[in-house]
Amino acid sequence: MPTKETYDDRVIRLFLMAAAIWGVVGMSVGVLAAAQLAWPALNFDTSWLTFSRIRTNHTFGVIFAFGGSALMGTCYYIVQRTGHVRLALSKVAMFTFWGWQAACFLSMATIPFGITQNKEYAEPEWPIDILIAAVWVAFGVVFFTTLARRRIRHIYVANWYYGALIIAVALLHIVNNLALPVSLTKSYPIYSGALDAMVQWWYGHNAVAFFLTAGFLGMMYYFVPRQAQQPLWSYRFSIVNFWALISIYMWAGSHHLLYTALPDWVQSVGMVFSVVLVMPSMGSAANGLMTFNGSWGKFRTDPAAKFMIIALVFYAISTLEGSSMAVRSINSLTHYTDWTVAHVHAGAIGWVAMITIGSLYAMAPRALDRPAMHSHSAMNLHFWLHVSGLLIYLLSMYAAGITEGLMWRATNPDGSLTYDFLSSLIAIKPFYTVRFLGGLLVLSGMVVMAWNLWHTAAHARAGIIKPILVPAPEAIPEPVPDQTPEPLPARA
Amino acid sequence: MGLLKYKHWEVLEKNAGLLAVLIAIMVSFGGLAEILPLFNDAHTVKPAPGLKPYSALRLAGRDVYVREGCYQCHSQMIRTLSFETQRYGKFSEAGEFVYDRPFQWGSKRTGPDLARVGGKFSDAWQRAHLLAPRDLVPQSNMPNYPWLAEARIDANDVRERMRALRMLGDPYSEEDLADAPDAVRDKTELDALVAYLQGLGVSAAPAAATPVASAAVGSP
Repeated sequence: MPTKETYDDRVIRLFLMAAAIWGVVGMSVGVLAAAQLAWPALNFDTSWLTFSRIRTNHTFGVIFAFGGSALMGTCYYIVQRTGHVRLALSKVAMFTFWGWQAACFLSMATIPFGITQNKEYAEPEWPIDILIAAVWVAFGVVFFTTLARRRIRHIYVANWYYGALIIAVALLHIVNNLALPVSLTKSYPIYSGALDAMVQWWYGHNAVAFFLTAGFLGMMYYFVPRQAQQPLWSYRFSIVNFWALISIYMWAGSHHLLYTALPDWVQSVGMVFSVVLVMPSMGSAANGLMTFNGSWGKFRTDPAAKFMIIALVFYAISTLEGSSMAVRSINSLTHYTDWTVAHVHAGAIGWVAMITIGSLYAMAPRALDRPAMHSHSAMNLHFWLHVSGLLIYLLSMYAAGITEGLMWRATNPDGSLTYDFLSSLIAIKPFYTVRFLGGLLVLSGMVVMAWNLWHTAAHARAGIIKPILVPAPEAIPEPVPDQTPEPLPARA
Repeated sequence: MGLLKYKHWEVLEKNAGLLAVLIAIMVSFGGLAEILPLFNDAHTVKPAPGLKPYSALRLAGRDVYVREGCYQCHSQMIRTLSFETQRYGKFSEAGEFVYDRPFQWGSKRTGPDLARVGGKFSDAWQRAHLLAPRDLVPQSNMPNYPWLAEARIDANDVRERMRALRMLGDPYSEEDLADAPDAVRDKTELDALVAYLQGLGVSAAPAAATPVASAAVGSP
């Protein structure tokens, strides 16, 4: 007997649509920025189309507009399903949707016109920062109120990650953006110099940790078992990894400032904690991948599972790489080069985008009341466009980064430098052209996804879908100490 | 092994409020341990010898530098590595950045580091290069910034900015503030930006180390 209560999926459908649109917009700007590095004439001598103005539009657009919309949408979906409860405070939830879209739109519309504090990954000026903070607090209120009303006593692990995302990002956003306004469009940070650098990279690195890792791990912990049709490989392992990940990540930010004027002890502490981070990162990746044990066949048949599996592989690769790059001697080669750009995109296109796309393909038919996505082959096409674009992007940027790093440090037998700076730029220019092509492939995959979602949403657009009933509460058996799980049923 | 028993964790996994509080505690340690000591240090970091708060014109130029996002291709941080000091000059020190809000150390070098670029090129070279880099360096991929030559600095706005910085602790005198509008009157953003660039690393540090280094930076 189901209850009379239904899941509130309207706000989820809106976030789904917003994620698809922002994904295409954010990546289009990225492709333009990539083209400008290869062909500078494409700056068109126009201030608001110039590389240094729009590159931050690309990063803000994909991280906060695309990623943020996907995170909030999936969060609302998961907290309802894992708690067997309707989303609380539906009007506040609607405010979080429109508020977030307004904040993203205002940011994207002001940054190219020079209204920006230009702190990396925290570009919007103070009025937009206040709006972001208000929306974020409302997001937390909706999430935790829904959690408090849940009918399943045990809080499923995906929700822990979303909870950590909400709490940590609120803390990071507020502390990093403290500034004294001069006018509506200009402010000065209360921190200066080396302290500003430390606060900025404590924020910047943990934007990666909590926005781009914890949130998307929450997505992973729900949709991977769902799509694999298997229980999570190890629940105990997920507990250990969660607490290790959230407490260690916060120490690692100073690895962005090795060999700089930051005090040495802070650099060393950041480096050590970054290396320790290998363990919970690998643990989380392994836990996700091992969940597919027994259903690896889905890697052939299910495009959503394909995206998820490759996402987890890239999560493992890019976190192992990140910890390596935080080691001083390796960092001396990679820092300031395109290796950093390659690393970021292994994480962003490989892990974040792919786990999001996989989860959206898994969630969209359910939220849109359809048996499956509109086109199966379009999902496969998207997969191959995305993966080939990703590999082309990464290979070209690793080649560029290593070339720069080696040329900058090359010395002649008499100790003088072998190359001037310009030689290194000339050497990597061909790679900038190749990188543009890789980005173009990833973008075209996103366009295919938007098309597919549009058609999958045909019934929703016509307003003829039925809300889904919340299942009736059942007695959940108390866990037996030291129990051995039942063996999995044999595959059909 | 007692702690690994499920029952010890169960209370956390069934209590949303407790979970949230514990998350907040766990994520706070790292920042507290690394930022608070630096916050304390910030008051003891002495400005580098000879370093003064930015003059009105250079402050306006710095704000243009920040607005245009120059940091996305140009760092201002010479690391403590021999190949860096050979190329760019003496390594950067914390005292050189005490008036920098926000800091501009950067994270990517598509172009060279600018921490000690002041005086390495003539004003005329800098102006021409900002307006059309490829006229001077044909292989460069830096964008043109033609609009800087047309936009004028808002004289009163600069004074407001200096007043805000004084509230944050930068030692501007009443006289500095009073003179600010006249110092920037009729100046373009290009004038201001060139003034800013020409002062970078000049007041605070000795000149570049070796002839090779200056050749590497100086010949574009």
